[in-house]
This record gives sequence, C-alpha cells and structure tokens, in this order.
Amino acid sequence: MADGVELVAVTKRYGTVTAVDAIDLRIPAGSYCCLIGPSGCGKTSTLRMIAGHEAASAGDILIGGRNVTELAPSQRGTAMMFQSYALFPHLSCLDNVAFSLRMRGVARPERRQRAAEMLARVHLAEMAERRPAQLSGGQQQRVALARALITNPSVLLLDEPLSALDPFLRGRMREELKRLQRDLGITFIHVTHAQDEAMALADLIVVMEGGRILQSDHPRAVFERPRTPFVARFLGGHNIIECRPLGNGTFALADGSAIQADDAAIPADGPVKLAVRSDRMRLAAPPDWPNRLAGQVTAVEYHGSFVRVALQDQGGSDHSLLLSETDFYAHPVGLGEQVVAGFRPSDVHLLTN
Amino acid sequence: MSTTTIAAAPVGAADMPGARRRRWASALPYLQALPLWLVLGVFLLIPIATIVAVSFWDDQEYALVPTFILDNYRDALGSHVTWSTYVSTLRYAAIVWAATLGIGFTVAYFLSFHVRSTLWQMVLFQLCAIPFLTSNVIRMISWIPFLGRNGLLNRSLMAVGITDHPLEFLLFSPFAVVLAFVHLYTLFMVVPIFNTMMRIDRALVEAARDAGAGPVAVLRHVIVPLSLPGIAIGTIFVVTLVMGDFVTVQMMSGGQSASVGLMMKNQISLLQYPSAAAQAVVLLITVLLMVWAILRVVDIRKEL
Repeated sequence: MADGVELVAVTKRYGTVTAVDAIDLRIPAGSYCCLIGPSGCGKTSTLRMIAGHEAASAGDILIGGRNVTELAPSQRGTAMMFQSYALFPHLSCLDNVAFSLRMRGVARPERRQRAAEMLARVHLAEMAERRPAQLSGGQQQRVALARALITNPSVLLLDEPLSALDPFLRGRMREELKRLQRDLGITFIHVTHAQDEAMALADLIVVMEGGRILQSDHPRAVFERPRTPFVARFLGGHNIIECRPLGNGTFALADGSAIQADDAAIPADGPVKLAVRSDRMRLAAPPDWPNRLAGQVTAVEYHGSFVRVALQDQGGSDHSLLLSETDFYAHPVGLGEQVVAGFRPSDVHLLTN
Repeated sequence: MSTTTIAAAPVGAADMPGARRRRWASALPYLQALPLWLVLGVFLLIPIATIVAVSFWDDQEYALVPTFILDNYRDALGSHVTWSTYVSTLRYAAIVWAATLGIGFTVAYFLSFHVRSTLWQMVLFQLCAIPFLTSNVIRMISWIPFLGRNGLLNRSLMAVGITDHPLEFLLFSPFAVVLAFVHLYTLFMVVPIFNTMMRIDRALVEAARDAGAGPVAVLRHVIVPLSLPGIAIGTIFVVTLVMGDFVTVQMMSGGQSASVGLMMKNQISLLQYPSAAAQAVVLLITVLLMVWAILRVVDIRKEL
C-alpha cells in the first residue's frame, strides 16, 4: 500500500520570499524519509506542500506516480500529523480518531469500532472517552497518530512529531514510530531539526538549507561524506579544517604544517575546506598516522562512554575530539595544555562550498 | 524616659506575639478584597435589595407605605397584560437573537478566518464599532427619515417602480423595532464570537481538511462547536439588553408595541413604584433563569 513521493522542481514563494527553491526529490515507496535543517530552511513548507495544505508556486508533486499538485489534502492518500497534534478539543479521543471516517460517511457503529481498534493499536483503548486535554503529551501524540493512520494512508507526513516531548518519551516514541513504519510498510516523511532523531529513524535523510536540498542520501552515507561545510556542521561530529592545496593530495595548514588526504577529487588551487570526523582524531596518535593538528585544549567533557576534548588551533578555529574513555585516560590532558591531534589520510575528505 | 522607650521598642517588636502577626496576615486577603466588595455593595447589592424591599411596599396616592404585602406580585402575575407583554418581549428577544447571531457569526467568521492581515482585521473591527461613538437614541432617530412614509427608502422604491404606494410596515411597526435592535446590538454578538474564534488553533482547520472535511463540514464540526462560548456570551448580552429595553420599543413602534421595560416605565411615570419594583424583580428572575439555562448548555469559563 506504500506509495513513493516525487517532487519535481517544486517551488514555494511567499510574496518576494522564496521558501522552497525548485527542489527535486525522489522518496522511494515504503521508506522513512527525514527532512532536516535549521528553522526557515523550507522543510516544513515542503511537507505542507506534499500534504496539500500549501499550494506549490511551481513544480509538480507526484505520489505513487500520480500528479497530485492540484488535489485537495484528503484526495492525495496522505495523512498529516501536526506539530501541536491539532486534536479537536471538543471531541473525545474516539471521536477524534473517527473524525475522518465520519467525513467519509462511514456509519456510526462501524467507525466507532474501527476507531476503537486503532486506539487499541496505540495502547490507548481505555482512554477512548477522554477529552484530549485530559491526556498527557505522549498520549495526545498517540491519539494524533491513530487519527492520521485510520484512513490507511499510503504516505504519513509528520511535522516535528517529537519536539514537544521530554527526552525520555522522545526516545520511546522514536522507537514506536520506526516500528509502526516497518509494520505498516508505508512511506513516512518526517520533518525535524534534531539530527540525532533523523539519523536514528531515516532510510533517507534530506538536509535542507535556504529552500534548497544540500544533500540527500542514507544517513550513513551523509555522515561519512557530508558534501558541504554546512552539512558537516549541521550533522555535527565533524571538524572542518581550512587549508591550501599543494598538489598530490597534500594541503598546507595556516601554521605551515602539511596534511595528506586520500580523497580522489582534489582540486588544483584555491583555499579548500576538509572534514575529519571527531571520533577519527586521536591524541597520542600512532606514528604511522601522518596528519597532525596542533592546538590548545579549551574544554574537557566527560560523557561516560566517551570524553570530548575541545581544542583551538593556531588559526583560531575550534575542533573537537571524541575519545574513548580508555584512550583519554591512557593519556589524559588538561585545560590550557598544548596538544597535537593525529588522524589518517583516509579519514580526510574534501568539502565543496 | 524617652531613652527607655526607644530601647524598649526593639525588644517589644521581637517579642510581638506570633499569633497577632498571623492574625494580621490572615486578615490581609479580606482587606485586599474590600474595595471590590464596596463597589459591588454600593452599586449592585444595595440597589437590588432596595428594589426587592420596595416591591413589597404599598402605595397610596402619592405616598409609599413601607409594609409587607404581596399585592404587587399578585397584580403583576395575575394580569393578562403582563403575560401578553412578556410574550411580545420574548418574541422580540428571540427574533433579535436569531438575527444578531446570524449577522454576528458571519461577520466574526469573516474577520477572523478570511481577513489575513492583522492590520485589516483591526481596521474592519473598528469600523464595526464606529456606530457606537454616538448614542443609542441618535442611532434610532436616524432610521426615521429613512424608513418613514415619505422617507428615503419609500421614495426610492416608488421611483424605481417596485411599489406604487408607500410601504407602511417600515416605520412605527414591529419590523422597525427589530431592525433598530439588530442595528444596536449586533456588535455585542460580533465581539465575543470574534474573540473565541481568534483563539481557535488554525491547525485544527487544517487537520479537519486533512481528514476530508469540506468548508461546510469544517464550519459545522470544528468552528461552530468551538465558538459556542462566544455565542453564549453574545446571547447573554443581546437577550438581557432586549429584555430590559424600553426606549427602542417605544420610539420605533411609535408607542404601538409593548415591552416589559415599557410597562415598568409607565408604572414609574404613574408613581406606582412598588408595582414597578415587583415587575423589575420578576424580570430580573426571568433573565437570570435564561442566563442560567444558557450556562447549563455552554461552558464559558475558559472565556472569562
């Protein structure tokens, strides 16, 4: 029952402001897609255009190969879960869930029965007669989920579904969403600004900024090879090093030292930015790791299973190292100490601006 | 002498019994509520108590006789005139309520859901309120040259040829009374409904549309149920105003129509204060029962 979603040069303009700028995106049927980016990047506008709550200024939206650009929200086979849940405060949970069946003219006994089954599915059978205001945030969210799923949509659209929950509940709901998506086999499109949420859930992660898609791929592929400095910074866990290419995969740092990179696509000239994952840098690196980055320790944070060491290089840029607890305590460093971080040429790759 | 007093003072403060300080602290909230009590007492409780007391008095010629008799109530409730006046007043209230609700809901709905910019919302809202810058009487009188036998409307209708003789029902008729009431009181319906509607989460409308609701279904299943508190408050305003009115009915009906307020006004002009007071108490109870009935149906607590 899953349908793929395809966006072709979809644009959204509000007056003179372009919120979404001619984006192309293909979301395979049955995948879990996360749209991610800072606020104002166009991710919510994109979601709302797919849902049909916002008209596209230009471009086409296809769901299951059918052009739905001009269709009403309920004709698209999508269902939306709203950020604030948007539960009808004057209706009981059961009536909230049964609402779209009522709109479709399903008889009262049948729609109540189906709504009750759906509530049971989200473990809220005993709350059926309560009003939304009498439920906790997590319970309200499950009612919203049940309400969205009752029409058997082929695509479920979720607008920041976890942002209103406390961290513990967020983790649990995250698991529940993923399990539900796997069980139902339908396409989920989930808007979030939390990269950890996107990484944990998505099969396809779409990083947006300024109304454009910067990169879209499997989370692992994006994390391993962020394409631009923005993506690297937004996902976190990357250090960005500015340097000058010297040719043959060698680059000069501001302080004069050189680093080597295996990355194949190395341009001939101009200043470039390189990315190295924070967890691939070490203090007291093995002698066969040729690359060195010197700096002063500005923070040491103990996180339990790992230790984060922040350092500032001579050029003034900040970097961070994620060291295993064992590694750190084998060679502990303190605040203000001058240290040298080492990393391998294979862990260096080039960013494009 | 004075030295000892000064020296003793701090000791006294330190020794001040905790009980007395606590008594002060517990009296403080009552003290803070005192101004409101005074205002309510002087302007609400005492006048009503006076009316209730006078309603049991007797009047002889031009004198009020403080006593306790039930004659005033017996006369008021036993009279055929009272009952038919109540029927006529309630009919006005019902018609005016339906008309102001229809217009008020539509205007409020348009202002809150179809006017996108806050600036235009405020401008149009102020426009609704402009007639209130003049007095009720002037607003009523302004209808007379328009609706009269040789008024603007009749002459226009005849000039266009829709009718060949002046329409008599336009002025000094129940129609004119209802028209004036609607003109005077629609804003009292618009404001509370507009307030309630502005608080409806716009995502609810989208959620309803997402679930397949068309414009009519959105109105019926989302906007109307969520506007009920505003509708209830507007209803209370309009109904109580119409029930107690005497000026509009007298002016616009040309003295041909009766209302409870008018009945009381006539009694007062005949110096029958106890009878008028009894009528006032009956009216007060009637209106309070209506308000109570409305509040039974709609919970307005969230609006207050």
